[in-house]
Amino acid sequence: MNPSQNPSIPKNAEGLVRDLKLMLLFTGKRIIALALMVLIGVYLTILIANMGGRVDELRLVQIRSEISEAVRGDLSFRELNSDERNRLIQRRVDLEVQRLNLDRPFLLRSFNYLYRAMLLDLGRAEQMHSDQGSREVHAIILERLPATLLLFGTANLLIFFLSVYIALWLSRHYGSLIDRIVIVLAPTSAAPAWFYGIFLILFFAFLLPILPAGGMVEAPPPLGRRDYALSVLKHMALPVLAMLLSQIFISIYSWRTFFLIHSSEDYVEMARAKGLPSRMIERRYILRPTLAPVITSFMLMLISMWSGAIILERTFSWPGLGTLIFQAIGHHDTPVIIGSVVIFAYLLAFSILVLDIVYGIVDPRVRIGAKR
Amino acid sequence: MKYWSERLWELRRYPSALLGMAIIFCLVGLSIVTVSAIPYDEAIDRWRGGDYWRMHPRNAEPAWLDRLQGGNKPKTLIISSLAAETESVAFTGGKRLKIPLHFDYNFSEFPSEINLFLKSGKHTREPFARLTWHTPDGREIPLGGRRITSSDRFSISQDWALERRLGLLPHVGLLARPGTDSPEVLPGRYTLVLDAVLFDETAEITAELVVYGRVHGLAGTDHQRRDLLLALLWGTPIALAFGLLAAVGTTLTTLVIAATGVWFGGRLDAAIQRLTEINMILPLLPILVMVGTLYSTSIWLMLGVVVLLGIFSASAKMYRGMLLPIRESPYIQAAQAYGASDSRIILHYLVPRILPVLIPTFVTLIPAFVFLEASLAVLGLGDPVLPTWGKVLNDAQNESALYNHYYYWVLAPALLLMLTGLGFALLGFALDRVFNPRLRRI
Repeated sequence: MNPSQNPSIPKNAEGLVRDLKLMLLFTGKRIIALALMVLIGVYLTILIANMGGRVDELRLVQIRSEISEAVRGDLSFRELNSDERNRLIQRRVDLEVQRLNLDRPFLLRSFNYLYRAMLLDLGRAEQMHSDQGSREVHAIILERLPATLLLFGTANLLIFFLSVYIALWLSRHYGSLIDRIVIVLAPTSAAPAWFYGIFLILFFAFLLPILPAGGMVEAPPPLGRRDYALSVLKHMALPVLAMLLSQIFISIYSWRTFFLIHSSEDYVEMARAKGLPSRMIERRYILRPTLAPVITSFMLMLISMWSGAIILERTFSWPGLGTLIFQAIGHHDTPVIIGSVVIFAYLLAFSILVLDIVYGIVDPRVRIGAKR
Repeated sequence: MKYWSERLWELRRYPSALLGMAIIFCLVGLSIVTVSAIPYDEAIDRWRGGDYWRMHPRNAEPAWLDRLQGGNKPKTLIISSLAAETESVAFTGGKRLKIPLHFDYNFSEFPSEINLFLKSGKHTREPFARLTWHTPDGREIPLGGRRITSSDRFSISQDWALERRLGLLPHVGLLARPGTDSPEVLPGRYTLVLDAVLFDETAEITAELVVYGRVHGLAGTDHQRRDLLLALLWGTPIALAFGLLAAVGTTLTTLVIAATGVWFGGRLDAAIQRLTEINMILPLLPILVMVGTLYSTSIWLMLGVVVLLGIFSASAKMYRGMLLPIRESPYIQAAQAYGASDSRIILHYLVPRILPVLIPTFVTLIPAFVFLEASLAVLGLGDPVLPTWGKVLNDAQNESALYNHYYYWVLAPALLLMLTGLGFALLGFALDRVFNPRLRRI
């Protein structure tokens, strides 16, 4: 949306420049604030992950076993007796501990971890590797990210626009049969998407086998670009439908109620009395003033969806971040789990930032800083 | 008080609220019955699996489900030697027992397994037993013999030699009509004759022949022979307790914190606000996963983490917005004037004012936490010992229940979860309309 289209702002160039400046200032402020939030959030994550020094103990054990293995397997050390060999192992372990700074207090090291985590240098995985064979945690995660973004982006946008559109229609036809059906169905959203996923798999993959039960593409991936896309679409159908089922009714219901409350405002009644067409009333008198809360609620939905991703992906074996976390649990691969939490924190912060900016564009009071 | 009773009385006008309350009452009643019928320790001990379930079939579907479809799948038959007419012939230094174990088999399908459990006692030398299988059409199939230890079992279904001899799995071949291409049950009276030689006058032997069925009880069994009914029953109090505690823990603490921030204002308020924002960045589920992998998957630890992360949840901002105008209202100033303490003002004047608005949110939060517990269990991070609905779902998923057509295994816990969710959601929605004056107009 271009600020110059906003009628509340003078249309001359001066106003535009002032607006852009304010917007930049606002964005800058938000980025700094969010970066600080991510910093603290990631630090908390590191503290949780390291509580009681469990991770360090594990690493020490691992280092010791790796070095003893190496020394025992090395033919050139064969002549050493056990005493000498143990001393050699100990010396190497000490060196390795020093190299990894494990002998320094945790507080100092935690800042080192924090620094690396903020730069997305998430370390090396213990067991897992990316499809290209890399053991770098960030390579593993980046490989999975597009799948998650594709699935959840599609589903979220679909749910959002569908529900707002239907809700607007229902607020006009309030009390109708469809309206009452939506009200009756709203409580079904108590169940999360993976729950509906189980039933959808049961119906559409086993009882009536027309759609695949899981995965992202067919087992040998189709060669042509078009076929590939079609195959992905086919595999996306069920998870998207599951998310739609679990969110759409509550979403329509709450928007409908929200729009109904707002359409009883005096200025809307006034517009109606003037005889304005209902489309115009919806756009100018209902949607525009409620745009800010609509966006807030979209943001909250997005955030809760990010968290829900883990299980839905597991249910549908969708090769995204959620499945990755699940596999990491299976391998007890701590760096990957911690890395995923950090990535999730970044994703959440990024979602909040984007929506903050949109908020600033939509609501002039926000970017001016609401000086009371 | 009058306000509350009036509002609650208004609920009776909403059929959905009544339905929701009925469901919740049923679940609470079921929990009470379960907890009093099967003590906690016993439930945990049994759910661990093992010998307790040895007489149960594996992966049997609920009996009523099969009968409803007009099927006639076998039930588990347990034939004990205590009821059999034992022939005893004494000889010097011992006795010879002939124990016939009869059973009538009139089901349409073959059993899922056949085992013979033997117990012998009061002897110095181990007894010897020989088994013969008599079919209704008069054939006799020797099943071999061996020495019996004090507690022994003949796994007839896993007798490879017998399988080779019959050309079919033993529990199929022993009951099949001879000479047909595809095996078919031969109905009638079967007898397993146990011919035992005991080398002591006082020695005793008892045998239990178990012909495992394909249906079991109300809820069926899982891959470890455990009766799913136990987990489904015990899952109810656990789910309700987890949901309720988590909902109470998160909403009340958030409310009190928000009220404290509003009342004291200034730096404390700002600090609480910043904490709320940081908390928004922390992804709840991944952190729970992390805690579950690194420390313990105990349900109480998870509850603690959920409550801790819930304290500074986004709703704190909402409560703050509601509380700010209340702070300025005259009755608070009056309370201040008569010398009420800070904590009294927060807990007795600020918090109760917005409780009515909170009630619906609170009720709708309960199923969210119930499902959260199930979600964790489905990820394999369920409580290590407690039987919960989520763990049943997880087991089912690990054993590819849908692929193997064990639909009951998935559907029963899923329906219970859905019922819990619906009950609370229905009540919550009705409460929302009753307590939210803006909604009542429409």
